[in-house]
Amino acid sequence: MSEKSLPAVGYLKIPDDGNPYLEGHKCGNCGAVFLGERSVCSKCFARDKMSAVKLQETGVLHSFSVVYRSFPGIDVPYVSAIVDLDGGGTVKGNLINIEPDPEKIDFGMKVKLTYQDALGRKDKEGNSYLSYFFEPA
Amino acid sequence: MSDVYVLGVDMIKFGRFPDRTVPNIGAEAALMALDDAGLTIKDMQAMYCGNLGQANAMVGQRILQEIGQTGIPVVNCANACATGATAFREAWMSIKAGMYDVVLAVGVEQMGKGLLGGAGGGDGIPKEGLLGSGTMPCVFAEAGMEHSKEHGTTFEQFAKISVKNHHHSTMNPKAMYQIETPLDVVMNAEMISYPNTKLMCSVNVDGSAAAVLVSEKKAKELGMKRAVKVRASAMASDPYTDRDLVMPDVNACTRLAAEQAYEMAGVGPEDINLVELHDCFATAEMLHYENLGLCKDGEAGKMIDEGHVELGGKVPVNVSGGLLSKGHPLGATGIANIYEVCTHLRGEAGERQVEGAKLGMTHVIGLGTACGIHILEKV
Repeated sequence: MSEKSLPAVGYLKIPDDGNPYLEGHKCGNCGAVFLGERSVCSKCFARDKMSAVKLQETGVLHSFSVVYRSFPGIDVPYVSAIVDLDGGGTVKGNLINIEPDPEKIDFGMKVKLTYQDALGRKDKEGNSYLSYFFEPA
Repeated sequence: MSDVYVLGVDMIKFGRFPDRTVPNIGAEAALMALDDAGLTIKDMQAMYCGNLGQANAMVGQRILQEIGQTGIPVVNCANACATGATAFREAWMSIKAGMYDVVLAVGVEQMGKGLLGGAGGGDGIPKEGLLGSGTMPCVFAEAGMEHSKEHGTTFEQFAKISVKNHHHSTMNPKAMYQIETPLDVVMNAEMISYPNTKLMCSVNVDGSAAAVLVSEKKAKELGMKRAVKVRASAMASDPYTDRDLVMPDVNACTRLAAEQAYEMAGVGPEDINLVELHDCFATAEMLHYENLGLCKDGEAGKMIDEGHVELGGKVPVNVSGGLLSKGHPLGATGIANIYEVCTHLRGEAGERQVEGAKLGMTHVIGLGTACGIHILEKV
Protein backbone atom coordinates (compact mmCIF):
# COMPACT_ATOMS: atom_id res chain seq x y z
CA MET A 1 0.00 0.00 0.00
CA SER A 2 1.29 3.41 -0.93
CA GLU A 3 1.85 5.88 1.89
CA LYS A 4 0.81 8.86 -0.15
CA SER A 5 -2.35 9.25 -2.18
CA LEU A 6 -2.30 8.03 -5.76
CA PRO A 7 -3.78 10.13 -8.59
CA ALA A 8 -7.38 9.22 -9.46
CA VAL A 9 -6.60 9.64 -13.19
CA GLY A 10 -3.39 9.58 -15.20
CA TYR A 11 -3.58 13.23 -16.21
CA LEU A 12 -3.57 14.36 -12.57
CA LYS A 13 0.10 14.78 -11.67
CA ILE A 14 1.34 14.80 -8.08
CA PRO A 15 4.97 16.00 -8.04
CA ASP A 16 7.14 15.13 -5.03
CA ASP A 17 8.11 18.74 -4.60
CA GLY A 18 5.13 20.89 -5.46
CA ASN A 19 1.40 21.16 -5.93
CA PRO A 20 -0.78 18.76 -7.90
CA TYR A 21 -1.81 19.84 -11.38
CA LEU A 22 -3.63 18.56 -14.47
CA GLU A 23 -1.48 17.67 -17.44
CA GLY A 24 -2.53 18.20 -21.01
CA HIS A 25 -0.80 17.44 -24.27
CA LYS A 26 -0.64 20.28 -26.73
CA CYS A 27 -0.13 19.97 -30.46
CA GLY A 28 2.82 22.08 -31.64
CA ASN A 29 1.26 22.30 -35.07
CA CYS A 30 -2.36 23.42 -34.45
CA GLY A 31 -2.47 24.16 -30.72
CA ALA A 32 -5.19 21.63 -29.82
CA VAL A 33 -4.99 20.55 -26.18
CA PHE A 34 -5.81 16.98 -25.11
CA LEU A 35 -6.04 15.34 -21.72
CA GLY A 36 -3.61 12.50 -21.33
CA GLU A 37 -0.61 11.42 -23.37
CA ARG A 38 -0.75 10.90 -27.10
CA SER A 39 1.61 11.16 -30.05
CA VAL A 40 -0.74 12.04 -32.93
CA CYS A 41 -3.07 15.04 -33.10
CA SER A 42 -6.65 14.00 -33.96
CA LYS A 43 -7.43 17.56 -35.09
CA CYS A 44 -4.63 18.22 -37.62
CA PHE A 45 -3.15 14.68 -37.81
CA ALA A 46 0.40 15.90 -37.10
CA ARG A 47 2.67 13.24 -35.64
CA ASP A 48 5.16 13.66 -32.84
CA LYS A 49 4.35 17.33 -32.29
CA MET A 50 2.77 16.77 -28.87
CA SER A 51 4.29 18.18 -25.75
CA ALA A 52 3.15 17.99 -22.13
CA VAL A 53 1.72 21.20 -20.69
CA LYS A 54 0.53 22.16 -17.24
CA LEU A 55 -3.14 23.11 -17.56
CA GLN A 56 -4.30 26.31 -15.89
CA GLU A 57 -6.22 26.25 -12.64
CA THR A 58 -9.10 28.49 -13.70
CA GLY A 59 -11.80 28.23 -16.31
CA VAL A 60 -15.39 28.80 -17.33
CA LEU A 61 -18.40 26.51 -16.86
CA HIS A 62 -19.49 25.40 -20.32
CA SER A 63 -22.33 22.98 -19.47
CA PHE A 64 -23.56 20.89 -16.56
CA SER A 65 -26.23 18.63 -15.21
CA VAL A 66 -27.40 18.02 -11.67
CA VAL A 67 -27.33 14.26 -11.18
CA TYR A 68 -30.08 12.90 -8.95
CA ARG A 69 -29.79 9.25 -9.83
CA SER A 70 -26.49 7.43 -10.23
CA PHE A 71 -25.25 3.93 -9.55
CA PRO A 72 -25.90 2.35 -6.14
CA GLY A 73 -23.64 3.69 -3.40
CA ILE A 74 -22.88 7.00 -5.09
CA ASP A 75 -24.02 10.07 -3.19
CA VAL A 76 -26.52 12.29 -5.01
CA PRO A 77 -27.33 14.98 -5.90
CA TYR A 78 -24.12 16.35 -7.34
CA VAL A 79 -23.17 18.65 -10.18
CA SER A 80 -21.47 17.11 -13.20
CA ALA A 81 -19.68 19.95 -14.97
CA ILE A 82 -17.90 20.55 -18.27
CA VAL A 83 -15.28 23.28 -17.89
CA ASP A 84 -13.22 25.07 -20.52
CA LEU A 85 -9.93 25.86 -18.82
CA ASP A 86 -8.29 29.21 -19.45
CA GLY A 87 -5.43 28.71 -21.88
CA GLY A 88 -6.97 25.57 -23.43
CA GLY A 89 -8.30 22.16 -22.54
CA THR A 90 -11.79 20.99 -21.58
CA VAL A 91 -12.21 18.93 -18.42
CA LYS A 92 -15.16 17.14 -16.87
CA GLY A 93 -15.57 16.89 -13.12
CA ASN A 94 -17.76 17.49 -10.08
CA LEU A 95 -18.58 21.13 -9.29
CA ILE A 96 -18.54 21.43 -5.48
CA ASN A 97 -19.15 24.12 -2.87
CA ILE A 98 -22.28 25.21 -4.69
CA GLU A 99 -25.91 24.30 -4.09
CA PRO A 100 -26.84 21.50 -6.52
CA ASP A 101 -29.77 23.48 -7.87
CA PRO A 102 -29.95 24.17 -11.63
CA GLU A 103 -31.52 27.57 -10.93
CA LYS A 104 -28.47 28.64 -8.96
CA ILE A 105 -25.77 27.61 -11.39
CA ASP A 106 -24.85 30.00 -14.19
CA PHE A 107 -23.42 29.02 -17.55
CA GLY A 108 -20.20 30.91 -18.06
CA MET A 109 -19.48 31.20 -14.35
CA LYS A 110 -15.83 31.28 -13.40
CA VAL A 111 -14.55 28.21 -11.61
CA LYS A 112 -11.22 26.98 -10.30
CA LEU A 113 -9.63 23.61 -9.69
CA THR A 114 -9.19 22.20 -6.22
CA TYR A 115 -7.43 18.95 -5.33
CA GLN A 116 -8.91 16.78 -2.59
CA ASP A 117 -9.21 13.20 -1.42
CA ALA A 118 -11.31 11.11 -3.84
CA LEU A 119 -14.45 11.06 -1.65
CA GLY A 120 -12.87 8.43 0.58
CA ARG A 121 -12.75 5.87 -2.19
CA LYS A 122 -9.98 3.30 -1.91
CA ASP A 123 -8.82 0.52 -4.21
CA LYS A 124 -8.74 -3.12 -3.16
CA GLU A 125 -5.21 -2.75 -1.77
CA GLY A 126 -6.49 0.03 0.49
CA ASN A 127 -4.70 2.87 -1.32
CA SER A 128 -6.11 6.38 -0.99
CA TYR A 129 -6.53 8.57 -4.03
CA LEU A 130 -6.31 12.27 -4.77
CA SER A 131 -8.78 13.72 -7.25
CA TYR A 132 -9.65 17.10 -8.70
CA PHE A 133 -12.86 19.09 -8.34
CA PHE A 134 -14.17 22.44 -9.52
CA GLU A 135 -15.47 25.14 -7.24
CA PRO A 136 -16.76 28.66 -7.84
CA ALA A 137 -13.81 31.03 -8.33
CA MET B 1 -24.95 0.72 -59.30
CA SER B 2 -28.34 -0.79 -58.66
CA ASP B 3 -30.93 1.03 -56.62
CA VAL B 4 -31.80 -0.84 -53.44
CA TYR B 5 -35.31 -1.53 -52.17
CA VAL B 6 -36.76 -2.71 -48.89
CA LEU B 7 -39.08 -5.52 -49.90
CA GLY B 8 -39.96 -6.86 -46.48
CA VAL B 9 -39.62 -5.27 -43.06
CA ASP B 10 -41.11 -5.87 -39.62
CA MET B 11 -40.50 -5.62 -35.89
CA ILE B 12 -41.81 -7.50 -32.90
CA LYS B 13 -43.79 -5.69 -30.23
CA PHE B 14 -41.11 -4.40 -27.87
CA GLY B 15 -41.25 -5.70 -24.30
CA ARG B 16 -39.31 -7.64 -21.69
CA PHE B 17 -38.54 -11.26 -22.45
CA PRO B 18 -36.08 -12.46 -19.80
CA ASP B 19 -36.93 -16.09 -20.50
CA ARG B 20 -35.96 -15.95 -24.18
CA THR B 21 -32.51 -15.91 -25.80
CA VAL B 22 -31.14 -13.13 -28.00
CA PRO B 23 -31.11 -15.31 -31.15
CA ASN B 24 -34.65 -16.45 -30.43
CA ILE B 25 -35.88 -12.85 -30.21
CA GLY B 26 -33.98 -11.97 -33.40
CA ALA B 27 -35.32 -15.03 -35.25
CA GLU B 28 -38.89 -13.88 -34.69
CA ALA B 29 -38.36 -10.56 -36.50
CA ALA B 30 -36.33 -12.27 -39.23
CA LEU B 31 -39.20 -14.64 -40.01
CA MET B 32 -41.70 -11.75 -39.95
CA ALA B 33 -39.60 -9.76 -42.44
CA LEU B 34 -39.24 -12.80 -44.71
CA ASP B 35 -43.01 -13.32 -44.62
CA ASP B 36 -43.56 -9.63 -45.33
CA ALA B 37 -41.34 -9.96 -48.42
CA GLY B 38 -43.01 -13.21 -49.48
CA LEU B 39 -39.61 -14.92 -49.43
CA THR B 40 -37.90 -17.65 -47.39
CA ILE B 41 -34.49 -18.00 -45.81
CA LYS B 42 -33.49 -20.06 -48.87
CA ASP B 43 -33.78 -16.89 -50.99
CA MET B 44 -31.31 -14.92 -48.84
CA GLN B 45 -27.79 -14.57 -50.21
CA ALA B 46 -26.23 -12.93 -47.16
CA MET B 47 -27.12 -11.73 -43.67
CA TYR B 48 -26.00 -8.76 -41.60
CA CYS B 49 -26.87 -8.91 -37.92
CA GLY B 50 -26.71 -6.09 -35.40
CA ASN B 51 -26.44 -6.77 -31.67
CA LEU B 52 -24.45 -5.07 -28.96
CA GLY B 53 -24.83 -7.07 -25.75
CA GLN B 54 -23.46 -10.29 -27.27
CA ALA B 55 -21.23 -8.68 -29.88
CA ASN B 56 -18.67 -11.46 -29.53
CA ALA B 57 -21.14 -14.34 -29.65
CA MET B 58 -22.13 -14.87 -33.30
CA VAL B 59 -25.76 -13.83 -32.88
CA GLY B 60 -26.42 -13.82 -36.66
CA GLN B 61 -25.31 -17.42 -37.08
CA ARG B 62 -27.31 -18.44 -34.02
CA ILE B 63 -30.41 -16.84 -35.58
CA LEU B 64 -29.85 -18.97 -38.70
CA GLN B 65 -29.51 -22.00 -36.44
CA GLU B 66 -33.10 -21.24 -35.38
CA ILE B 67 -34.57 -20.44 -38.82
CA GLY B 68 -32.46 -22.20 -41.45
CA GLN B 69 -28.75 -22.93 -41.85
CA THR B 70 -28.22 -22.31 -45.54
CA GLY B 71 -24.50 -21.56 -45.31
CA ILE B 72 -24.73 -17.95 -46.48
CA PRO B 73 -22.15 -15.40 -45.30
CA VAL B 74 -23.11 -13.75 -42.01
CA VAL B 75 -21.53 -10.58 -40.63
CA ASN B 76 -22.18 -9.48 -37.06
CA CYS B 77 -22.02 -5.74 -36.38
CA ALA B 78 -21.69 -3.66 -33.22
CA ASN B 79 -21.76 0.14 -33.39
CA ALA B 80 -23.34 1.29 -30.11
CA CYS B 81 -26.88 2.58 -30.64
CA ALA B 82 -26.23 2.82 -34.39
CA THR B 83 -25.80 -0.98 -34.52
CA GLY B 84 -29.08 -1.79 -36.31
CA ALA B 85 -28.63 0.99 -38.85
CA THR B 86 -25.10 -0.28 -39.45
CA ALA B 87 -26.34 -3.80 -40.21
CA PHE B 88 -28.95 -2.36 -42.59
CA ARG B 89 -26.36 -0.14 -44.27
CA GLU B 90 -23.92 -3.03 -44.71
CA ALA B 91 -26.70 -5.01 -46.39
CA TRP B 92 -27.44 -2.00 -48.61
CA MET B 93 -23.77 -1.66 -49.51
CA SER B 94 -23.45 -5.33 -50.44
CA ILE B 95 -26.25 -4.90 -53.00
CA LYS B 96 -24.85 -1.56 -54.18
CA ALA B 97 -21.52 -3.30 -54.73
CA GLY B 98 -23.25 -5.80 -57.00
CA MET B 99 -22.41 -8.76 -54.78
CA TYR B 100 -25.98 -9.83 -54.00
CA ASP B 101 -29.60 -9.30 -55.01
CA VAL B 102 -31.38 -10.39 -51.82
CA VAL B 103 -30.00 -9.73 -48.34
CA LEU B 104 -31.38 -10.03 -44.81
CA ALA B 105 -30.61 -7.44 -42.10
CA VAL B 106 -31.58 -8.16 -38.48
CA GLY B 107 -31.22 -6.06 -35.34
CA VAL B 108 -31.84 -7.50 -31.89
CA GLU B 109 -31.21 -6.66 -28.24
CA GLN B 110 -32.07 -7.98 -24.81
CA MET B 111 -31.57 -5.16 -22.33
CA GLY B 112 -32.61 -5.65 -18.74
CA LYS B 113 -33.40 -2.55 -16.69
CA GLY B 114 -31.28 0.25 -15.28
CA LEU B 115 -28.85 3.06 -16.02
CA LEU B 116 -26.49 2.77 -18.96
CA GLY B 117 -23.02 4.29 -19.08
CA GLY B 118 -20.77 5.40 -16.23
CA ALA B 119 -17.68 7.59 -15.98
CA GLY B 120 -14.35 5.88 -16.53
CA GLY B 121 -13.40 2.33 -15.73
CA GLY B 122 -10.15 0.49 -15.54
CA ASP B 123 -7.72 0.47 -12.64
CA GLY B 124 -7.91 2.14 -9.29
CA ILE B 125 -11.21 3.44 -7.99
CA PRO B 126 -14.64 3.93 -9.59
CA LYS B 127 -14.87 7.35 -11.28
CA GLU B 128 -18.65 7.71 -11.50
CA GLY B 129 -19.77 10.59 -9.29
CA LEU B 130 -16.13 11.58 -8.73
CA LEU B 131 -15.27 13.09 -12.11
CA GLY B 132 -18.82 14.07 -13.03
CA SER B 133 -21.18 11.47 -14.40
CA GLY B 134 -20.83 9.27 -17.43
CA THR B 135 -24.37 7.91 -17.15
CA MET B 136 -26.28 8.33 -20.38
CA PRO B 137 -29.04 10.53 -18.85
CA CYS B 138 -26.32 12.92 -17.63
CA VAL B 139 -24.25 12.92 -20.82
CA PHE B 140 -27.33 13.81 -22.86
CA ALA B 141 -28.49 16.27 -20.21
CA GLU B 142 -25.18 18.10 -20.57
CA ALA B 143 -25.64 18.17 -24.34
CA GLY B 144 -29.15 19.57 -23.87
CA MET B 145 -27.95 22.16 -21.37
CA GLU B 146 -25.48 23.37 -24.00
CA HIS B 147 -28.54 24.10 -26.15
CA SER B 148 -30.19 25.89 -23.22
CA LYS B 149 -27.07 27.99 -22.81
CA GLU B 150 -26.99 29.01 -26.47
CA HIS B 151 -30.71 29.36 -27.15
CA GLY B 152 -32.50 29.63 -23.81
CA THR B 153 -34.25 26.27 -24.23
CA THR B 154 -36.30 25.45 -21.13
CA PHE B 155 -36.98 22.37 -19.02
CA GLU B 156 -40.63 22.65 -20.08
CA GLN B 157 -39.75 22.62 -23.77
CA PHE B 158 -37.63 19.50 -23.33
CA ALA B 159 -40.47 17.89 -21.35
CA LYS B 160 -42.99 18.62 -24.13
CA ILE B 161 -41.02 16.30 -26.43
CA SER B 162 -41.72 13.43 -24.06
CA VAL B 163 -45.42 14.35 -23.91
CA LYS B 164 -45.55 14.26 -27.72
CA ASN B 165 -43.77 10.95 -28.15
CA HIS B 166 -45.77 9.21 -25.45
CA HIS B 167 -48.94 10.52 -27.11
CA HIS B 168 -47.81 9.13 -30.46
CA SER B 169 -47.16 5.72 -28.94
CA THR B 170 -50.79 5.39 -27.84
CA MET B 171 -51.46 4.76 -31.53
CA ASN B 172 -48.68 2.20 -31.95
CA PRO B 173 -49.57 -1.32 -30.80
CA LYS B 174 -45.92 -2.40 -31.16
CA ALA B 175 -44.65 0.22 -28.71
CA MET B 176 -43.65 -0.85 -25.19
CA TYR B 177 -46.07 1.66 -23.67
CA GLN B 178 -49.39 3.12 -24.84
CA ILE B 179 -49.99 5.72 -22.15
CA GLU B 180 -50.54 9.46 -22.22
CA THR B 181 -48.11 11.42 -20.07
CA PRO B 182 -49.35 15.01 -19.60
CA LEU B 183 -46.79 17.78 -19.14
CA ASP B 184 -47.11 17.97 -15.35
CA VAL B 185 -46.63 14.21 -15.09
CA VAL B 186 -43.46 14.36 -17.20
CA MET B 187 -42.05 17.35 -15.31
CA ASN B 188 -42.88 15.91 -11.89
CA ALA B 189 -41.54 12.44 -12.60
CA GLU B 190 -38.36 11.43 -10.74
CA MET B 191 -35.53 13.73 -11.79
CA ILE B 192 -32.71 11.54 -13.08
CA SER B 193 -30.24 14.09 -14.42
CA TYR B 194 -31.50 17.65 -14.86
CA PRO B 195 -33.34 18.38 -17.09
CA ASN B 196 -34.10 14.72 -17.92
CA THR B 197 -36.78 13.18 -15.69
CA LYS B 198 -37.47 9.47 -15.77
CA LEU B 199 -40.16 9.96 -18.45
CA MET B 200 -37.64 11.85 -20.58
CA CYS B 201 -35.30 8.83 -20.72
CA SER B 202 -35.72 6.07 -23.29
CA VAL B 203 -37.13 2.78 -22.09
CA ASN B 204 -34.79 -0.20 -21.88
CA VAL B 205 -36.64 -3.02 -23.58
CA ASP B 206 -36.00 -6.25 -25.47
CA GLY B 207 -36.82 -6.24 -29.13
CA SER B 208 -35.93 -7.09 -32.68
CA ALA B 209 -36.56 -5.82 -36.18
CA ALA B 210 -35.53 -7.08 -39.58
CA ALA B 211 -35.55 -6.09 -43.23
CA VAL B 212 -35.16 -7.85 -46.56
CA LEU B 213 -33.25 -5.66 -49.01
CA VAL B 214 -33.24 -6.36 -52.74
CA SER B 215 -31.68 -5.02 -55.92
CA GLU B 216 -33.80 -3.20 -58.48
CA LYS B 217 -33.70 -6.24 -60.75
CA LYS B 218 -35.03 -8.47 -58.01
CA ALA B 219 -37.64 -5.91 -56.91
CA LYS B 220 -39.01 -5.74 -60.46
CA GLU B 221 -39.05 -9.51 -60.69
CA LEU B 222 -40.90 -9.92 -57.37
CA GLY B 223 -43.25 -6.96 -57.68
CA MET B 224 -42.83 -3.39 -56.53
CA LYS B 225 -46.24 -2.93 -54.93
CA ARG B 226 -45.06 -2.67 -51.34
CA ALA B 227 -41.39 -1.98 -52.04
CA VAL B 228 -39.73 1.07 -50.51
CA LYS B 229 -36.73 2.64 -52.21
CA VAL B 230 -33.60 3.46 -50.22
CA ARG B 231 -32.76 6.91 -51.53
CA ALA B 232 -29.80 7.49 -49.23
CA SER B 233 -27.69 5.71 -46.66
CA ALA B 234 -25.13 7.80 -44.81
CA MET B 235 -22.86 7.19 -41.88
CA ALA B 236 -20.41 9.43 -40.06
CA SER B 237 -18.12 9.18 -37.07
CA ASP B 238 -17.41 12.14 -34.81
CA PRO B 239 -15.21 14.66 -36.58
CA TYR B 240 -12.81 16.56 -34.31
CA THR B 241 -14.50 19.28 -32.30
CA ASP B 242 -12.95 21.07 -29.35
CA ARG B 243 -14.70 19.29 -26.48
CA ASP B 244 -15.59 16.00 -28.16
CA LEU B 245 -13.24 13.76 -26.17
CA VAL B 246 -14.64 15.01 -22.87
CA MET B 247 -18.21 15.79 -23.88
CA PRO B 248 -19.34 13.50 -26.72
CA ASP B 249 -20.53 15.63 -29.61
CA VAL B 250 -23.70 14.15 -31.13
CA ASN B 251 -24.28 17.28 -33.20
CA ALA B 252 -21.29 17.40 -35.53
CA CYS B 253 -21.56 13.80 -36.72
CA THR B 254 -25.34 14.09 -37.24
CA ARG B 255 -24.82 17.22 -39.34
CA LEU B 256 -22.13 15.49 -41.36
CA ALA B 257 -24.26 12.40 -42.03
CA ALA B 258 -27.37 14.50 -42.77
CA GLU B 259 -25.52 16.59 -45.32
CA GLN B 260 -24.32 13.42 -47.05
CA ALA B 261 -27.78 11.83 -46.97
CA TYR B 262 -29.54 14.87 -48.45
CA GLU B 263 -26.91 15.11 -51.15
CA MET B 264 -27.16 11.44 -52.04
CA ALA B 265 -30.96 11.59 -52.21
CA GLY B 266 -30.94 14.91 -54.04
CA VAL B 267 -33.56 16.29 -51.65
CA GLY B 268 -33.66 18.80 -48.81
CA PRO B 269 -35.17 18.76 -45.32
CA GLU B 270 -38.28 20.53 -46.66
CA ASP B 271 -39.03 17.44 -48.79
CA ILE B 272 -39.13 15.04 -45.84
CA ASN B 273 -42.63 14.05 -44.66
CA LEU B 274 -41.72 12.24 -41.45
CA VAL B 275 -38.65 11.58 -39.34
CA GLU B 276 -37.78 8.86 -36.87
CA LEU B 277 -34.82 10.30 -34.98
CA HIS B 278 -32.73 9.22 -32.01
CA ASP B 279 -34.68 10.44 -28.97
CA CYS B 280 -32.66 8.40 -26.47
CA PHE B 281 -33.44 11.34 -24.15
CA ALA B 282 -35.83 14.24 -24.61
CA THR B 283 -32.83 16.58 -24.63
CA ALA B 284 -31.37 14.69 -27.60
CA GLU B 285 -34.46 15.03 -29.78
CA MET B 286 -34.36 18.82 -29.38
CA LEU B 287 -30.81 18.98 -30.76
CA HIS B 288 -31.61 16.89 -33.81
CA TYR B 289 -34.39 19.15 -35.14
CA GLU B 290 -31.58 21.56 -35.94
CA ASN B 291 -28.91 18.96 -36.72
CA LEU B 292 -31.14 17.38 -39.38
CA GLY B 293 -32.03 20.79 -40.80
CA LEU B 294 -35.74 20.50 -39.93
CA CYS B 295 -35.47 24.07 -38.63
CA LYS B 296 -32.85 26.79 -38.38
CA ASP B 297 -30.36 26.81 -35.51
CA GLY B 298 -32.01 28.22 -32.41
CA GLU B 299 -35.55 27.36 -33.54
CA ALA B 300 -35.87 23.86 -32.08
CA GLY B 301 -37.84 25.08 -29.06
CA LYS B 302 -40.32 26.71 -31.43
CA MET B 303 -40.70 23.44 -33.35
CA ILE B 304 -42.08 21.71 -30.27
CA ASP B 305 -43.97 24.75 -28.92
CA GLU B 306 -45.80 25.29 -32.21
CA GLY B 307 -46.58 21.63 -32.85
CA HIS B 308 -44.64 21.30 -36.11
CA VAL B 309 -43.20 17.95 -35.01
CA GLU B 310 -46.49 16.36 -33.91
CA LEU B 311 -48.59 14.02 -35.99
CA GLY B 312 -50.49 16.41 -38.27
CA GLY B 313 -47.71 19.01 -38.07
CA LYS B 314 -45.29 20.17 -40.76
CA VAL B 315 -42.81 17.35 -40.19
CA PRO B 316 -43.98 14.75 -37.66
CA VAL B 317 -41.11 13.36 -35.60
CA ASN B 318 -41.18 9.97 -33.89
CA VAL B 319 -44.79 9.10 -34.62
CA SER B 320 -43.90 5.57 -33.49
CA GLY B 321 -43.54 6.88 -29.95
CA GLY B 322 -39.80 7.04 -30.33
CA LEU B 323 -37.24 5.52 -28.05
CA LEU B 324 -38.91 7.36 -25.18
CA SER B 325 -42.07 5.25 -25.34
CA LYS B 326 -41.77 2.63 -28.07
CA GLY B 327 -38.55 1.60 -26.33
CA HIS B 328 -34.87 1.35 -27.19
CA PRO B 329 -33.45 -2.15 -27.68
CA LEU B 330 -30.06 -0.82 -28.81
CA GLY B 331 -29.21 -3.18 -31.68
CA ALA B 332 -32.79 -3.29 -32.98
CA THR B 333 -33.52 0.42 -32.91
CA GLY B 334 -31.92 1.31 -36.25
CA ILE B 335 -34.05 -1.21 -38.14
CA ALA B 336 -37.21 -0.59 -36.09
CA ASN B 337 -36.99 3.06 -37.21
CA ILE B 338 -36.81 1.91 -40.81
CA TYR B 339 -39.83 -0.33 -40.25
CA GLU B 340 -41.79 2.67 -38.94
CA VAL B 341 -40.98 4.91 -41.90
CA CYS B 342 -41.64 2.12 -44.42
CA THR B 343 -45.02 1.45 -42.79
CA HIS B 344 -46.03 5.08 -43.38
CA LEU B 345 -44.70 5.10 -46.93
CA ARG B 346 -46.75 1.96 -47.60
CA GLY B 347 -49.81 3.70 -46.12
CA GLU B 348 -50.21 0.95 -43.53
CA ALA B 349 -49.70 2.87 -40.26
CA GLY B 350 -53.35 2.97 -39.28
CA GLU B 351 -54.35 5.57 -36.71
CA ARG B 352 -50.93 7.21 -36.65
CA GLN B 353 -50.53 7.32 -40.46
CA VAL B 354 -48.75 10.44 -41.74
CA GLU B 355 -51.09 11.24 -44.62
CA GLY B 356 -49.55 11.27 -48.07
CA ALA B 357 -46.05 10.40 -46.84
CA LYS B 358 -43.67 10.03 -49.79
CA LEU B 359 -40.23 10.57 -48.25
CA GLY B 360 -39.12 9.68 -44.74
CA MET B 361 -35.89 9.83 -42.78
CA THR B 362 -34.40 7.65 -40.05
CA HIS B 363 -31.57 8.72 -37.75
CA VAL B 364 -29.63 7.00 -35.01
CA ILE B 365 -26.65 7.98 -32.89
CA GLY B 366 -24.32 5.56 -31.20
CA LEU B 367 -22.29 7.34 -28.58
CA GLY B 368 -18.59 7.14 -29.16
CA THR B 369 -19.72 8.18 -31.88
CA ALA B 370 -21.56 6.80 -34.92
CA CYS B 371 -24.43 8.42 -36.79
CA GLY B 372 -26.51 6.52 -39.32
CA ILE B 373 -29.12 8.18 -41.53
CA HIS B 374 -31.41 6.68 -44.16
CA ILE B 375 -33.82 8.40 -46.53
CA LEU B 376 -36.61 6.17 -47.80
CA GLU B 377 -39.09 6.78 -50.60
CA LYS B 378 -42.51 5.45 -51.49
CA VAL B 379 -42.37 3.69 -54.84
